Amino acid sequence: MHELPQQLVNGLLLGSMYGLIAIGYTMVYGIVQLINFAHGEIFMVGGFGALTVWLWLPGGTTMWVAIPLMIIGAVIVSTTVAVGAERFAYRPLRGAPRLAPLITAIGLSLALQQAVWAWYPNAKSSRTFPEIPGDSIHIGSVTIQPGDLFLVVAAPICMFALGWFVMKTRVGRGMQATAQDPDTAKLMGVNTDRVIVVAFALGAAFAGIAAVAYGFRYGEVNFRMGFLWGLKAFTAAVLGGIGNIYGAMIGGLVLGIAEAMATAYMNDIPGMDKLGGQSWADVWAFVLLIVVLLVRPQGLLGERVADRA
Amino acid sequence: MTALLEVEDLRVAYGKIEAVKGISFTVEAGQVVTLIGTNGAGKTTTLRTLSGLLKPVGGSIKFNGKTLRKYRADQIVSLGLAHSPEGRHIFPRMTIENNLRLGAYLRTDKTGIEKDIQRAYDLFPILGERRKQAAGTLSGGEQQMLAMGRALMSQPKLLMLDEPSMGLSPIMMQKIMATIAELKAGGTTILLVEQNAQAALSLADHGHVMEVGKIVLSGTGGDLLHDESVRKAYLGED
Ligand SMILES: Nc1ncnc2c1ncn2[C@@H]1O[C@H](COP(=O)(O)OP(=O)(O)OP(=O)(O)O)[C@@H](O)[C@H]1O
Ligand SMILES: [Mg+2]
Repeated sequence: MHELPQQLVNGLLLGSMYGLIAIGYTMVYGIVQLINFAHGEIFMVGGFGALTVWLWLPGGTTMWVAIPLMIIGAVIVSTTVAVGAERFAYRPLRGAPRLAPLITAIGLSLALQQAVWAWYPNAKSSRTFPEIPGDSIHIGSVTIQPGDLFLVVAAPICMFALGWFVMKTRVGRGMQATAQDPDTAKLMGVNTDRVIVVAFALGAAFAGIAAVAYGFRYGEVNFRMGFLWGLKAFTAAVLGGIGNIYGAMIGGLVLGIAEAMATAYMNDIPGMDKLGGQSWADVWAFVLLIVVLLVRPQGLLGERVADRA
Repeated sequence: MTALLEVEDLRVAYGKIEAVKGISFTVEAGQVVTLIGTNGAGKTTTLRTLSGLLKPVGGSIKFNGKTLRKYRADQIVSLGLAHSPEGRHIFPRMTIENNLRLGAYLRTDKTGIEKDIQRAYDLFPILGERRKQAAGTLSGGEQQMLAMGRALMSQPKLLMLDEPSMGLSPIMMQKIMATIAELKAGGTTILLVEQNAQAALSLADHGHVMEVGKIVLSGTGGDLLHDESVRKAYLGED
């Protein structure tokens, strides 16, 4: 049960979900220095978007057809909510004191949770998510559940696609420029308002895909899932160095592995026997964050703030 | 014939404080016009307003027949106005080549862009030698070359340079000024802001002296170079 390779894989799976969500925090922060605390809920509504598509599909639709449509559903719902939030909640507050958008984000979070709770049919408790059929896959001593296969395929594709977009495309370069020096980016002809929208939309799309992965992994979605997952992903973003997209990915993986290890092995350390297991996993995640921030305040891949000037 | 750039009674304020207090000047196509003046005279404020980063509180700016007030900064670039800002502001974590590509952000002619990148390397060979390095590794003078090269990548009708010689060694400064002369000879229209009045006025067709938000003296480059008050105030003679 507690074999190391299996725990590493568990950590990587968990971590790649954190990483996918963390990208949304880090891209938006990198460009507008805003912590979009509603991002967890943008992840959550994506899960319900995917579920809705599944419920619309005629019974007996194969998963090969359903999965792409569910991804599209999740991405559409997540990006629509995120772009709407940017346009109508955050943009009017640009230039306002930092506290104003922060409070707006928290309000938006609560509103989205309550909206799903109140209006989505039967969403007062968890709603069952469809299963990916098939048997678990065994590679050596490692077992991968069919529900995790989606993540195994989707996470690396998303990461590579994002890296390519940011480094190789024109809009990606405009994004980097806006993050480094917004006024000068404007002097290059970059429409920075549009870049901000793209950052929100891309981050939301990845959160939507992560929500589909969540659904397949845990077999359910619920209106509360955005809170803890958003907080963990935010932790991953800070851990990796907020503003740095590779940092978000690395931070997610480190957090996921640390959590898996703590869950599996903490019990074995003498005197720590009560501090292992799933119930303590979240605590260890935040302990890790605090330790890293004490040693490296800018995060694993972040630059010192002074270097950004 | 109307001028390429017509600035009339331009006023710009930071909050309640007016930094530019009603200035008027023109730039004709093919000319080099320079704004000189002491620290805090409002030169940078003027350029940042022309490129749309600041909004004026009064007056008008006409560029190539269009009133600029209605355009965002990124749209103004597409009208043909390029601005190499004070302090260079290259993108330090991007490669030299990607900095140049950003200068061509609004262009879609791929082969033309490659040709112009090559032209920037011909103009400043050091940039070509280090094309794949992060721009932040360049020296101050080299960063200035990159900033100028980058501004040229948009194929501007008017190139605005804000203190290109700032903080450079005399040799590097000569090199930058020689490049500006070369661009002028090639027909590029330039609005040059400089503290180095001697160098700027020797190049310029027209010059304007700014003091605390106003133009206090205008003339041809040669006239100003020989004007007694200019020589006293800016060329360190008594
Ligand atoms: N962001 C700002 N907020 C408030 N005041 C400003 C700001 N930027 C400039 N000023 C003020 O506006 C006036 C004009 O400044 P500006 O930078 O345009 O001068 P300059 O002629 O470019 O000077 P220098 O030769 O030192 O670059 C100065 O009094 C300056 O203090
Ligand atoms: Mg200045």
